[in-house]
Amino acid sequence: MPDMRFVIPRQEINREDFTSSVPDFNHRSKLMNTDQCFKCRVTNMVQLTELEKLFQLRIVDPVERAIFRFKPGQFLMLELPGYGDVPISISSSSTNHEFLELCIRKAGHVTSALFDIEKGAHVALRGPFGSSFPMDEMAGHNVLLIAGGLGIAPLRAPLFWINEHRDHFLDVNLLYGAKEPSQLLFTWQFEEWEKISHIRLHTIVEQSDAEWRGKTGMITDLFNNIAIDVQKTYAIVCGPPIMFKFVCGYLDKLGIPMNRMFVSLERRMHCGMGKCCRCMVGSTFTCIDGPVFDYWSVMNLKEAI
Amino acid sequence: MIYKIISKKEFSAFVDALVKSNSSFGPQQVDTNSKGNAVYQFKPVHSVGDIAFDYTATNSSIKHFFLPFREELSRFKFHRDDWKQQINYEAEPIVLIGLRPCDISALNILDDVLLNGHFPSPYYLAKRKNTFIIGIDHLPLPDCFCKSMNHHVVTTGFNLFCSDIGDDYYLSINSSKAFNFLKAFETRDPNEEDNCLLTERRKLIQNSFQTDIDVTGLPSILDIEFDSPVWEKWGNKCLNCGTCAMVCPSCYCYSLTEKFDLDLKGASREKRLYSCNLVDFAVVAGGHNFRPKNGDRLKYRYYHQHRGFAENGNQQICVGCNRCGRACLSGINPKDVINDLRMEKESCLTCVSSSPDKR
Repeated sequence: MPDMRFVIPRQEINREDFTSSVPDFNHRSKLMNTDQCFKCRVTNMVQLTELEKLFQLRIVDPVERAIFRFKPGQFLMLELPGYGDVPISISSSSTNHEFLELCIRKAGHVTSALFDIEKGAHVALRGPFGSSFPMDEMAGHNVLLIAGGLGIAPLRAPLFWINEHRDHFLDVNLLYGAKEPSQLLFTWQFEEWEKISHIRLHTIVEQSDAEWRGKTGMITDLFNNIAIDVQKTYAIVCGPPIMFKFVCGYLDKLGIPMNRMFVSLERRMHCGMGKCCRCMVGSTFTCIDGPVFDYWSVMNLKEAI
Repeated sequence: MIYKIISKKEFSAFVDALVKSNSSFGPQQVDTNSKGNAVYQFKPVHSVGDIAFDYTATNSSIKHFFLPFREELSRFKFHRDDWKQQINYEAEPIVLIGLRPCDISALNILDDVLLNGHFPSPYYLAKRKNTFIIGIDHLPLPDCFCKSMNHHVVTTGFNLFCSDIGDDYYLSINSSKAFNFLKAFETRDPNEEDNCLLTERRKLIQNSFQTDIDVTGLPSILDIEFDSPVWEKWGNKCLNCGTCAMVCPSCYCYSLTEKFDLDLKGASREKRLYSCNLVDFAVVAGGHNFRPKNGDRLKYRYYHQHRGFAENGNQQICVGCNRCGRACLSGINPKDVINDLRMEKESCLTCVSSSPDKR
């Protein structure tokens, strides 16, 4: 009998092997229109917390709207003319062709200006850029989604994907940690995720308040509650850099192969096209080869986390 | 490629004709430095007499004709609460005269980076296509190390390349444009003697290099020595001024800034050349700096220059012109840094003594 731990598994090819190498699948570069923006109208804004807002955008031109596609995990450059552009990960469903949703934290010059605009204002966007979570490769496996703080924003796109293709996946666990209960985002969707799409949701906060009935502690404390089948699990981790170290380190020790853990890195992209080098990690670009990396690549890249 | 011989007098007439009918740029002496050496820069020229053909090296590189310090990428026109975006790729034809092989190599590297990949840059391409390049070979300065980087000869990326063989120039014609212009002037095919002279000239140049840097296996050494104390040592000297990137012929990193027009009727998105040695290069929203120390940033620059990034097939982008070394205010130059790094690797006695070529 061969020892199953050392058997090399057979790998199947899927369509992602062919498409993931083409980040520009709205073909803007082929039309020499890399700097041409999609004009969007802000159709709705929801204040999530004091510092975070959810923007709902609609591409104005119907033809552009019809051809605009993205994959879960990709980001786009949101531009407020006159103020500048910022990289924002898309947190809406990739099958929703009518509206885009972006969860934005007020952190700098451009995002502060974005917080002052009114409903109906026009913003510009370029993209989508970057790599995506390999949802096809994950099909047929358990999925473990781990989000810390604002990390839930890029995870919402794969969550939507899982909701829409729930029968492709086995057990899905979402581990979500935040500083305080008031900073938990998308709380109105918790029930939908749990009851309709049967995603096991585990939340934890670092500092509880009077109304908090859930757990208190660090996100790694949640691992005690769930059983992880290392042979059949894919993990998606998104959060502050310090979280990657602890969470991925724990999962690695547990025995999940490094190429089945995916992280989404944060850098300040300026061009999104691999030209300005501002988002360089080691010898690769976060905007072209990332932001989604598997943990093996991240471990290999210098100064990634 | 077609080879021709032209006399120096006839060549002057050819350049004069070209300069008088196009907007042209060539090396000119603009100043002398504290040591009494001439300082050259590429400046607009109006006749062949303006060009200093025997110049040594310009302080600033020719990349600024292709990647200006500030370049407007797009413009927004506001109309009530709406706006319109305008993009202009157009570039006017220019002639660049007197480029050195390393300068042309740097352009080839920029072509690799900016025109390949998923998002080729139309702004760069427009300028590159509209530039007529005449290269001239030269004897190296004492601190040039382009031979170590294998960029002391160049075979593509120019329209016309001249090698000085005494009374004549040995022309390598690389474009039909250049060939057509030369039809109006007296040229002849090279004979056996000219070929000998060219080989001699090339040998002379090759043997004139005084600085040699061992770059074999440098990419992997850079990977291995990522946490080397060498970086901190040189990083402590670095002033974070970014001069090295500004004078480098192959540095292309930039930042994007946007600003309103004074009349508030429009806004422009502007690209500005940046340097990875500047403190805020890797700062993200919220203020976290991924490269907080001088040494980190200096290391990153050497990493880019001598290891290369995935975008250009992990090729080294340094051409060995040593402009950064000459311009550095605190005396950091690639030769010393790389030798230090290599020493660091080889000073480990156990590895060296057990290696087969040492007894």
